[in-house]
Amino acid sequence: MLASLAFWAFSGVAIASAFMVVIARNPVRSVLFLILAFFSAAGLFVLLGAEFLAMLLIVVYVGAVAVLFLFVVMMLDIDFAELKQGFLSYLPLGGAFALVLAALLAMTVATWQASDQAESLRAAAMPDGMSNIEALGTVIYDQYVYFFQAAGLVLLVAMIGAIVLTLRHKEGVKRQSVTAQVGRDRNEAIEMLDIKPGQGIGE
Amino acid sequence: MSDLVSQFGPLWGTLAVLGQILGFVIVLLISLAFLLLMDRKVWAAVQMRKGPNVVGAFGLLQSFADFFKFVFKEIVVPAGADRSLYLLAPLITLILAFVTWAVVPVAPGWVIADINVGILYLFAMSSLGVYGIIIGGWASNSKYPFLGALRSAAQMVSYEVSIGFIIVTVLLFAGSMSLSDIVALQDGGFWNWNVLSFHAWPVPMFLVMIPMAVIFFISALAETNRPPFDLPEAESELVAGYQVEYSSTPYLLFMVGEYLNIVLMCAMTTILFFGGWNSPIPDAFVDGWPYLAAQAWHFFWFAAKVVFFFFMFAMVKALVPRYRYDQLMRLGWKIFLPTSLVAVALVGAAVVYGPQG
Repeated sequence: MLASLAFWAFSGVAIASAFMVVIARNPVRSVLFLILAFFSAAGLFVLLGAEFLAMLLIVVYVGAVAVLFLFVVMMLDIDFAELKQGFLSYLPLGGAFALVLAALLAMTVATWQASDQAESLRAAAMPDGMSNIEALGTVIYDQYVYFFQAAGLVLLVAMIGAIVLTLRHKEGVKRQSVTAQVGRDRNEAIEMLDIKPGQGIGE
Repeated sequence: MSDLVSQFGPLWGTLAVLGQILGFVIVLLISLAFLLLMDRKVWAAVQMRKGPNVVGAFGLLQSFADFFKFVFKEIVVPAGADRSLYLLAPLITLILAFVTWAVVPVAPGWVIADINVGILYLFAMSSLGVYGIIIGGWASNSKYPFLGALRSAAQMVSYEVSIGFIIVTVLLFAGSMSLSDIVALQDGGFWNWNVLSFHAWPVPMFLVMIPMAVIFFISALAETNRPPFDLPEAESELVAGYQVEYSSTPYLLFMVGEYLNIVLMCAMTTILFFGGWNSPIPDAFVDGWPYLAAQAWHFFWFAAKVVFFFFMFAMVKALVPRYRYDQLMRLGWKIFLPTSLVAVALVGAAVVYGPQG
């Protein structure tokens, strides 16, 4: 009973907040509702017995990706009233697109056929006496280790590409060189001068 | 928790869990009041002041006096602030600080939820703490809080990365993400604590784990925005960072949440590296003791270690000057991250090719 109560609570919040992401007037609020939706999805994962995935969803999406979203959206300087003015004129076109998409989805779902073994395979996804993490680990790092490494290499290439595209060396920027700072000793930092009274140091 | 539900049925089991949570929260808040006083007393002692000494004997009731002062003041919401988000932000900070404590084992079997991804849960919840700060800074509709919030967010996200890798080193030893398992591994004397790691002998893992413990402690300072990494608040530059516009109870909630996080980081240091509720000597003799006495023995060691690390936090605050922002980022990304990555590789090799592997 408790589990089903939690299920209805999480799924209700997930759907409601997903709806609010679209209709909220303020983009910062949209992002915050998106975070709430992620959070409820993580709750649903826990109910499914996939607690590792749930925690990853929170760490990666809520803890890191959504923070970047929030950063960008907060920096935007937009007049929201102006943004909403075109809403009605675009409504017919947008509505038409939405209808086409909904029809496509309905057609796909209507012709969906699950194989006879699908149900039993889903139930056996995790071997007995193995925790979630162990099961995922054996699949990713034992069975499909080469595919996993290949995916990692693709990401590495993407990362290097992004760095190469954006890396620029500017002239005349003062940078801190820690080794130079630490390596400085008294002899080059301090000069002893014998100052005569009334003369000063001069240039 | 599920034990209680299966034992007493859904209704009474849920009520029993709620009772446990309520008791835990009350104990936590009262100890926090005295830890806050300790923080101020230590700070005062370093500067050769007396610290709070008026309310109650030795100022013992100072935190409670402060509590009533905050609660009875007026809540000021700045003009143009996003009112609901402005009031939500301190609540987020406080609630996240509390829910994280659900998985912390304070004595054998004494934990509200002993889940098998405990440490990941801790990590996830502490990574959410940044939202209270960002939302608070943004919703205040003011420049200084916003700058403070941005700095704080960047800082917390950066140091989470190295904290994550340090946690992985401990996970590899324990072979489990449950905090109870991690503590149980460090049983039988201080040399078995993860910081010295003699359970992996003859591999000299203390060469890796002592630096990891130090890096974890420093990252914890940065993660909780404590001096010398208190750039989000930086009272000499940003007035008080993201909480400039807050007053009264919302400010109190921010402060309580912040201090709860600090104590939590002390508890995490204790659990991950310093044996949790294990005593520093082999303590098989407590097995013969009555249940409550044995639990009290273990709880004493847990609490003593947490208070010790809180003392260290207070001393760092009193002694160390503030970092510059670029130095902070350099330390996190260029020093701690590579070091902890190397440590993960070393510990992984020791676990696979060492005597246990």
